Amino acid sequence: MSEALLAVDRLSVVFRDTGLFQGNKTTVAVDDVSFELPSEPTLVTIVGESGSGKSTLARTILGLQRSASGTVRYRNRDLSGFRGADWHAFRREVQPVFQDPYATYNPFYRIDRVLKVLVRKFALASNDSDAEALIEDALRAVDLRPQDVLGRYPHQLSGGERQRVMLARVYMMKPKLIVADEPISMIDAALRALFLNILLDFRDQGISSIFITHNLATAYYLGGRIMVMCRGRMIEYGDMDQVVLHPSHPYTQLLIDSVPSHNPHHRWQEERSEYAVDASEFVFSEQACVFEARCPHAMDICHHQRPPFVTAATKASQQSACFLYHDEYRPDQA
Amino acid sequence: MTDARPLLTIEDMRIHYDSVRGSYKVVDGVDIEVHRNEIFGLAGESGCGKSTLVEGILRLIEPPGHIRSGTALFRPFPEDPERSLDLVQLDYHAMREIRWKHLSYIPQGSMNSLNPVMRIRDQMTDVVMHHEPGGQDEVSRNIAAALEMVGLPESLGALYPHELSGGMKQRVCIAMAMLLQPALVMADEPTTALDVNVQRAVLETIAHLRDQMGATVIFVSHDLAVHAELVDRMAIMYAGVVMELGTVYEIFDNPQHPYTKRLIHSIPALGGPRERLESIPGMAPSPLAWPEGCRFHPRCPDAMPACSTTTPRTIELDTGRKVTCHLFDPDIDLEQGSA
Repeated sequence: MSEALLAVDRLSVVFRDTGLFQGNKTTVAVDDVSFELPSEPTLVTIVGESGSGKSTLARTILGLQRSASGTVRYRNRDLSGFRGADWHAFRREVQPVFQDPYATYNPFYRIDRVLKVLVRKFALASNDSDAEALIEDALRAVDLRPQDVLGRYPHQLSGGERQRVMLARVYMMKPKLIVADEPISMIDAALRALFLNILLDFRDQGISSIFITHNLATAYYLGGRIMVMCRGRMIEYGDMDQVVLHPSHPYTQLLIDSVPSHNPHHRWQEERSEYAVDASEFVFSEQACVFEARCPHAMDICHHQRPPFVTAATKASQQSACFLYHDEYRPDQA
Repeated sequence: MTDARPLLTIEDMRIHYDSVRGSYKVVDGVDIEVHRNEIFGLAGESGCGKSTLVEGILRLIEPPGHIRSGTALFRPFPEDPERSLDLVQLDYHAMREIRWKHLSYIPQGSMNSLNPVMRIRDQMTDVVMHHEPGGQDEVSRNIAAALEMVGLPESLGALYPHELSGGMKQRVCIAMAMLLQPALVMADEPTTALDVNVQRAVLETIAHLRDQMGATVIFVSHDLAVHAELVDRMAIMYAGVVMELGTVYEIFDNPQHPYTKRLIHSIPALGGPRERLESIPGMAPSPLAWPEGCRFHPRCPDAMPACSTTTPRTIELDTGRKVTCHLFDPDIDLEQGSA
């Protein structure tokens, strides 16, 4: 068995709000999440509503957020045991791309600096001309012309260009893994395709990606695997095509059903009832499914016990945390 | 037929922003007709002028911006459909009377446009009292009806905006826009910051305004999939002008303009075969200096010599189906550029 690139095991992240007036309040942002990235290049997309914990999960994988329990192992080494030199190596191999291309740059420095500091810090080139060649090569790889970008300040570039400079930066590092948190939500449709295609090209060159989005059509385009999160829990995981075309968890079904069809001949048929929209204040419970209050198929057991992860339906490549797929609770068995 | 006159006729609308570097021609010659009881979509990339056009119709343009030219004939009076108001010419007070009552607005990020220190009910009461002062009971009844229409309970009126979720705030804004049952509602990217489930609820609410309340909606969004789901007719804007106009079926089934084709092909769809998407190469141009000739020609795969020298005319292909492209103009010599 080949060693996994990244293994997340029973990871939980808890925020404690020790407010002056409110007393102690805890928020479980990530709740008992486990998954693995294989050693071969893979794209894993994480989808879910806002507040589902997908960004927190990404930050924890990047080592920017402390976990409450569970482990993140990179190439079989636990992140919590990392020291200075380990982090340096980790930062070289695992590269982030953040959501807001307007907030990630220092406005006082030219674009060149973002790329040159990297060359220096990680000793990517031995002399200046090598460094320049490397930078220009990276910019061309993300479909930018070096003369359009170099020497300019961040405010002179569009959002799409800034996000691509970030990808050029990533490309120079030749990382093993990219963790991209909503990288295309702030760029135009015509440029999104370009960004997604770059990620696909990177995969073909051996770079894995964890891609976070709330846009399911984008997720589907990337293929690979998909993880659906709801209120901190991973509720479905599997092959993209299987999950998107045959969603097993009622929450995933709801999400897929809400995606605009892109074809005016196939519009939504009937208006949906109220369960779709999450208006309730969520009370965290160890003893219930996270979706029970909204679920149209909720059974008695769902309110009292947490559904473990099981293989849904007939496909081994699709797992779901739902009692509908537990033999003893299936409605048709009762 | 009395309804034959469009509700809103916009002709040659130009909205410019003056600066020391020159004039930013953000909206630069738009002609659009919006019919009664339809949802009219405005689509295009950011910077194409779609939001500015809506702000211009509402007369919300602040200096250094100004409406350079154009007319916006608005016919909101059902009893007299011939009577029109030119929104561009109305003065401040006349415009104030029209807003909310005949013409309302759901702004971009409207969930941040509610007053944080007023209860929802009080904010809605302000709107009613300004235009149609009435008794307490009548006003409350109207507010309850408006909230119910967007699927919210009346009790929600007692809450402050921070107690609501983003989708609920957005629906409060829609309820406010519909309070006085205006003839025309303009919604500027009303679902952009929302999750898909909430987006669907908001879109269904807007469709409901058309189907049950007889409202007319101008719907602005950069997301073509949302247009496919909701609108009846739509205009594709690029660089301050309309590139293509038609019914939603015409635009999606049979796009004509090279820009429209590219735009539709750059967006991933759920399900179906996975073909590599094509992006539109190049950068969006600057409103300070739009390209000569056709504004899309530097990025257009089908550009001909004429496209860089001569501004294309708007050609009517079919009734109400328009495209602004030399390829459809029988009178132009594509190799030369002289009409």
